Amino acid sequence: MDYYVSVATFAALNVILALGLNLISGFCGQVSLGHAAFYGLGAYAAALCSVAGVPFAFSLLAGIAVAGLAGIVVGFAALRVREDFLAIVTMGVGFLFLGAVRKQPWLGAEMGIAKIPSPLDKWGYAALAIGAAVVLVVLSLHVRRSWMGRAFGAVAQDEDAARTIGIDVPGYKIAAFFLGTAAAGLAGGIYAHMTQLIVPDAFNFIQSITVLAMVVIGGIGSTLGVVVGAVLLTLMPELFRFINDYKLLVYGALLLLVMRFSPDGLAGLARRTLGVRLA
Amino acid sequence: MYYAELLAVGLIWGCTYAMMALGLTLVYGLLRILHVAQASVFTLGAYVGLLAANATGSLAAAFALGAAAAGVLGPLIYRLVYQPILDRPPFVALVASIGVLIALEDGFRLAFGPYGLSFAQNPWFTTTYQLGGILVNQVQIWMVAAAVLLLSAFALFATRTRAGVAWRATVSDPAMAESFGVSVIRVRYTAFAIASVLAGVAGVLVGLLNNLVEPGMGGVISYKGLAIIVLGGLGNVPGTLLASLALGVVESYGTVLLDKALDRDAIAFLFLIVVLMVRPHGLLGARH
Repeated sequence: MDYYVSVATFAALNVILALGLNLISGFCGQVSLGHAAFYGLGAYAAALCSVAGVPFAFSLLAGIAVAGLAGIVVGFAALRVREDFLAIVTMGVGFLFLGAVRKQPWLGAEMGIAKIPSPLDKWGYAALAIGAAVVLVVLSLHVRRSWMGRAFGAVAQDEDAARTIGIDVPGYKIAAFFLGTAAAGLAGGIYAHMTQLIVPDAFNFIQSITVLAMVVIGGIGSTLGVVVGAVLLTLMPELFRFINDYKLLVYGALLLLVMRFSPDGLAGLARRTLGVRLA
Repeated sequence: MYYAELLAVGLIWGCTYAMMALGLTLVYGLLRILHVAQASVFTLGAYVGLLAANATGSLAAAFALGAAAAGVLGPLIYRLVYQPILDRPPFVALVASIGVLIALEDGFRLAFGPYGLSFAQNPWFTTTYQLGGILVNQVQIWMVAAAVLLLSAFALFATRTRAGVAWRATVSDPAMAESFGVSVIRVRYTAFAIASVLAGVAGVLVGLLNNLVEPGMGGVISYKGLAIIVLGGLGNVPGTLLASLALGVVESYGTVLLDKALDRDAIAFLFLIVVLMVRPHGLLGARH
């Protein structure tokens, strides 16, 4: 039973990460290849607070705040550089985070931070993560239909046209980065307390790509599609034990096949074959 | 003397980066694709080169076969992966390319083992020279020589041959080039073949330099290649060469000066981010 509870928790954390990235890349059209850096920032900030004796809830808030603030900074960068330039800058942010953490003794360098206090049991973390994921799904569905979501869509489709009709493009870009990275920070905080051990490599480029894979395989821009994508990619190695050895091979091939045959992901596939529109 | 040595090491790495990045910039200039999967081409070149060297004992065979294998894989990736999705938004090709990179990296791991292979004999690695007080080995000399030779050959190709002119015409205006009888498809295959051969040669050289060929060796160098072409101003060939050397030197000094704060990859990307914040279209990039 314990095993299923922890798989469910990881699935929920991945849903939070993927929905955050979907807000930035799907809704607002700003491709980010460094989402794991914000996950890591949240994890490290929350872990440091908890180790210093800060209560759990405040540690989580600190993780959200640090990741969100870093997201705002990267949002400002997104005002300077666009499209492919931005994709590479966000990839660079990921490497910069890893390279900085690896060299800092007070962050545990390569060894990471161990013995993080754990205030909840397995069920507690599962409830927390699933609860947060549900809140994020609702928020994401709401944002999509709100004025903000439509402004995001305008920025994603044609920045210059959006600016012409008076949409505050810089403001919305920064807002998208803030919301998406703050979500990643929350996931990071929960992850750090649940595993009680964090190391830099948990937040590397492959992790960023894994989250991106969840978004594009689910269907970039579609909230429910992304949820399905995140849950599916979390369960896949668990369902098929034999895949574990070939996990990355299967990831890569899946990414390739989805991009080749259904670039709008599972959500697009569902629309074309079943006629169901996933929100 | 120490700082001169760092400069030399930086420029040597810069030459290797240039061989990798020139190919990436060729592909980007034609297709607007960030060709991350170039890393797999580089790694394949290194593996085939190593197997050839260990089987025949000849480094010439290693370079020939490594370059040939790479030269086949690159155009194949274009044909099977990029060509069907050229009309999609740019992130589609980028994600597909990352998919190829991840899958092939795991493929190399399954085929050749996770720990990497070494050259049975690596005479270039052990032969060292004193050049003006700086100690270099023969691999490093060949890295510079190969980069200068191949890039000069490329410059001649681009300016003196029909295929080179066709390539430049296609980059500046594909529709116009096509109406003048240029086969755009052939230009693309040529560009991928050139890019891949360069990557394959660079792969064998880096394999010799580290005396190790391992599945993940292409990843970081390819990410840096992307950083370089962005730094140079996407699709801009002189900018790419300048950025390659600049990045090599910055890394070389940075790893010494910022050793306490950042690792080598972080220094490279910090440099990239700082430059882009000042010049959003790269060192020599034009404003669109």
